[in-house]
Amino acid sequence: MNLEGKQQIWKDYQKEIADDRYFYARSCIRQTFFPGSEWAYLDIMKNKLAKDVIDDPRHTTCTGIGYHSDIVPAETIMTVVARHFALMTEAGYENMTPSCITSFGIYTEILETWHHHPEVEEKIREFLWKATKREFKKPRNLAHTSDIIYKFRNEIAAQAKYKLVDVHTGRPLRGVDHIGCHYSKMFPTKGIGGAEFPAVLSGMIYAWGGDVIDYPERRHCCGFGFRQYLVMANRGYSVANSKKKFESMQPYEPDFIVANCPGCAMFMDKWQYTISEMEGTTYGQDGYGIPVLTYEELTALVLGYDPWEIGLQMHQVSVEPLLDKMGISYNPEAKFKNIRGEDIGVPKCPTYLRV
Amino acid sequence: MNCGVCTAICPAAEFYNYDPRVIVETVQRGNEEEIEELLKSDTIWYCGECMSCKTRCPRCNTPGLVIMALRKISQELGYFVYSEKGRQQYALKHVIGESILKRGYCVTPDLVKPEMHPEQGPVWEWIYEHLDDVYERTHSNYRQPGAGALREVDSESMDELRKIFDVTGGTEFLEKIDSCSQHVADKEKIDLEEAYFLKTYMENSGRHQ
Ligand code: SF4
Ligand code: SF4
Repeated sequence: MNLEGKQQIWKDYQKEIADDRYFYARSCIRQTFFPGSEWAYLDIMKNKLAKDVIDDPRHTTCTGIGYHSDIVPAETIMTVVARHFALMTEAGYENMTPSCITSFGIYTEILETWHHHPEVEEKIREFLWKATKREFKKPRNLAHTSDIIYKFRNEIAAQAKYKLVDVHTGRPLRGVDHIGCHYSKMFPTKGIGGAEFPAVLSGMIYAWGGDVIDYPERRHCCGFGFRQYLVMANRGYSVANSKKKFESMQPYEPDFIVANCPGCAMFMDKWQYTISEMEGTTYGQDGYGIPVLTYEELTALVLGYDPWEIGLQMHQVSVEPLLDKMGISYNPEAKFKNIRGEDIGVPKCPTYLRV
Repeated sequence: MNCGVCTAICPAAEFYNYDPRVIVETVQRGNEEEIEELLKSDTIWYCGECMSCKTRCPRCNTPGLVIMALRKISQELGYFVYSEKGRQQYALKHVIGESILKRGYCVTPDLVKPEMHPEQGPVWEWIYEHLDDVYERTHSNYRQPGAGALREVDSESMDELRKIFDVTGGTEFLEKIDSCSQHVADKEKIDLEEAYFLKTYMENSGRHQ
């Protein structure tokens, strides 16, 4: 195959990403478990990359977790999303950037459905008008917030304070990327690299000096499964899927995991604790777990943000082994203090997982 | 086609007695009795809606979407209460559905109660005991008006959200889950929101693998 042909094929795995003026759609899961990630993203966009991002307080859940738990009908979620489009339109923006893979999958699915069935779009416009007296334009561009970071990964590299390199040995740090099922398994052309060549997070890792582990279960689901985690009786499904991934990645000795979806990041962090309590197994070095980061956290660390300001103390698996390898200076005493530096206690120690 | 590629890739097929190929085959055969049996079974509730099957099916089928359609019909016809996994729809409605309509979010921190989520571990327990302090430290706007993470959604937006549920059939759908579940709770002589909720949230016969 000649190079031109190859480039043509690779083009199918690229996507158009707007370069400024974004409407930000928050995530129920991200703001609950990684609120510092949302803050860091907006701060990086505004203060490091000089981009215009609007954070509209009238924005609500997309109801995506309800939809995929089968308690919210399609017409309902479409109309909720249509309201978000209306808020975006009213604010004078055209580029929608959800910060959640479930939302991103849903926005994509809805736009595709409307594209193929304009009569459904018409019906939803009527529903929205009836419920809220609002009208909307569809977004000109839809990108997940990680797509935006990916787009500006080289600009970020140029401002980096730290690299994804072990400062003691000079070895590039080995990262595991997890792009999340709903990022591109449903509509592969809407994700960078499609479902086969996960590039959105690995592109960041490479740009910032690290290396990416290509392990057998790289594309396997984290195991959220919506009802399979949300209902206590079903959680065995969730933990079993994550365990399958940990066992597959461990032989490659990852220095960190970075996840696209806030749910996946939370599960891969928490399930390492659960598995250690259930079986006494840990997956990192010297009894620690493998640190799990959101891509915003990874970006913020590279740019020199304080680990506790971006919320790394909210992780169950300690991130200190990674901070030490990157040569990041931090104050261990400040980790569990409140904003005024007051003592608010510390979490209990797990039985087996070293923290 | 009946190739079984979906079953090979499916995480649910790995951990449950579940086979998406057979689901698609049953639906395509169109035998009413068989389909009714499926709608009343645990089987349709095993899928995790990961949509891994969408990427792989050589015929562009999506068993996960077929499952979503079956689950919708099962609830519309009240068949979901015939199976243990189906009855869990009440727990989901109670936790997620009510959170959406009360708070404007699917999930909020106070919903993740440590006693219901032992897997979350001691750091979450610590966060849960210090929600205001931890969220303040991470630049959130927890339960306050205005922009920012975890802000309180204003009442006008909440009204719009509820109105959307009303006009699109979302409210009616949640009420259907409620009334079918109430019927079972009455038969069992237990309280819907307490005992029946806990039963659907925690019960596992262990006969699913
Ligand atoms: S969507 Fe359901 S049927 Fe499809 S691969 Fe995922 S769990 Fe299996
Ligand atoms: S749904 Fe697709 S992947 Fe599954 S058996 Fe049928 S043709 Fe094969």
